[in-house]
Amino acid sequence: MSQSDVVVIDYGMGNLLSVCRALQRCGANVQLSSNPDVIRHAPRVVLPGVGAFDVAMAELQRLHLVEVLQGVAARGTPLLGICLGMQLLLDESEEFGRSTGLGLIHGRAVSLKVPSLECMGLKVPHIGWSEIYPSESCSDWNGTFLQDVKSGEAMYFVHSFMARITNEGHCLSHCHYGDLIVPAVISRDNIHGCQFHPEKSGETGLKLLRRFFSL
Amino acid sequence: MSNTRLIARLDVKGSTLIKGVHLEGLRVLGDPQEYAKRYYAEGADELIYIDVVATLYGRSKLTDIVRRTAEEVFIPMTVGGGIRSIEDVRDMLGAGADKVAINTAAVNRPDLIVEVSRRFGSQCMVLSIEAKQQAEGHWEVYTDCGRERSGLNVVEWARRGEALGAGEILLTSVDREGTRQGFDLQLTHAITSVVGIPVIASGGMGKPSDLVDVVTQGKADAVAMADLLHYKRATIGEVRQAAKSAGIQVRAYESV
Repeated sequence: MSQSDVVVIDYGMGNLLSVCRALQRCGANVQLSSNPDVIRHAPRVVLPGVGAFDVAMAELQRLHLVEVLQGVAARGTPLLGICLGMQLLLDESEEFGRSTGLGLIHGRAVSLKVPSLECMGLKVPHIGWSEIYPSESCSDWNGTFLQDVKSGEAMYFVHSFMARITNEGHCLSHCHYGDLIVPAVISRDNIHGCQFHPEKSGETGLKLLRRFFSL
Repeated sequence: MSNTRLIARLDVKGSTLIKGVHLEGLRVLGDPQEYAKRYYAEGADELIYIDVVATLYGRSKLTDIVRRTAEEVFIPMTVGGGIRSIEDVRDMLGAGADKVAINTAAVNRPDLIVEVSRRFGSQCMVLSIEAKQQAEGHWEVYTDCGRERSGLNVVEWARRGEALGAGEILLTSVDREGTRQGFDLQLTHAITSVVGIPVIASGGMGKPSDLVDVVTQGKADAVAMADLLHYKRATIGEVRQAAKSAGIQVRAYESV
């Protein structure tokens, strides 16, 4: 059905073109689609996203993509959520009250706004380059899509919410923002998410995207 | 502390990269795309494109430049010059920009700041302020690339811009721009001390140590460089090293 290497979900949330261009740069044949049939048959799926959690979930529902994405995940298709797309993989978000997510990795999206950050003069949203490190539960990135990235390399973040993961084993990498330990990469089997924008993180981000194609 | 961002600023006129002094007397330098690629390879944290005549003629070749750059450069790009409406913003984002910088249109109609930040998020809305000193401790906002007076006080306008939803301020000192005399530290500090959003200091960087001053004394969150890089008087790597040596936290970057 689909001749592409990867389908990027087109649901009107954020700058999808940057994601497509970065994937193309990695040599991939990229298709942008919101068609359930195309997505079901995709060899790989990327869920990008910038904006509000509840709006994004409402859009996915309107396009009948919630179950499609859950099905794709259940069948073992490699799925990568980026930024808001990563937070959508979780059970829920506390953004605007409480909104239900895709429930593919257990956890919730919580606000970065904590008093300690303000005391340190740190701003929300967290915008800029932050170094990422292996999480305690993950001493080694070998065999993961972070394999080619070195501990301490920096990625570009823009976010006001962060993931709080139920099972720490699902967190491969984190960054520090003030005294917060922010999950940077989460992963469970074929389901992956990164809080930063690999498509805007220079060659380091592209290394990660390239590796996504060998998973 | 967050990492201080090192930003390459490219002012363009039509399809060419230019550089002026006090935003005037423009000199043609070449193909902006080539410069953008060089700064990407050197490890720039972000790029800023400003079309310096777009406001005058109301049109922009900038979208083409941005589109071409976005095929080869994978870091955040801020684009400004002649952006007046939500449609203009959408076009720029569609071409590959991540943020837009708005000066003249925001001065003429401050509600544009509200509209852009509501529609695309405040992280996307950079308020560009061109400041010219009128008296000790007093700066006036200029529009149309330093050509027109607005009557607005820079400090008050910066505050108002933040309240309206700007996510960041690009603060250009018209007095220092292109002079290589260093940043206007007083101006920078006057703004960083009254707003909670990041401030990008622009105008006057003549040597790497100027960055140290504007970060430590001016409290700038990010630094825009043009002249210094365009004329190859320093590379971004050298600036990064100078910042690190002075104890300023910057992104860890190894050139590839």
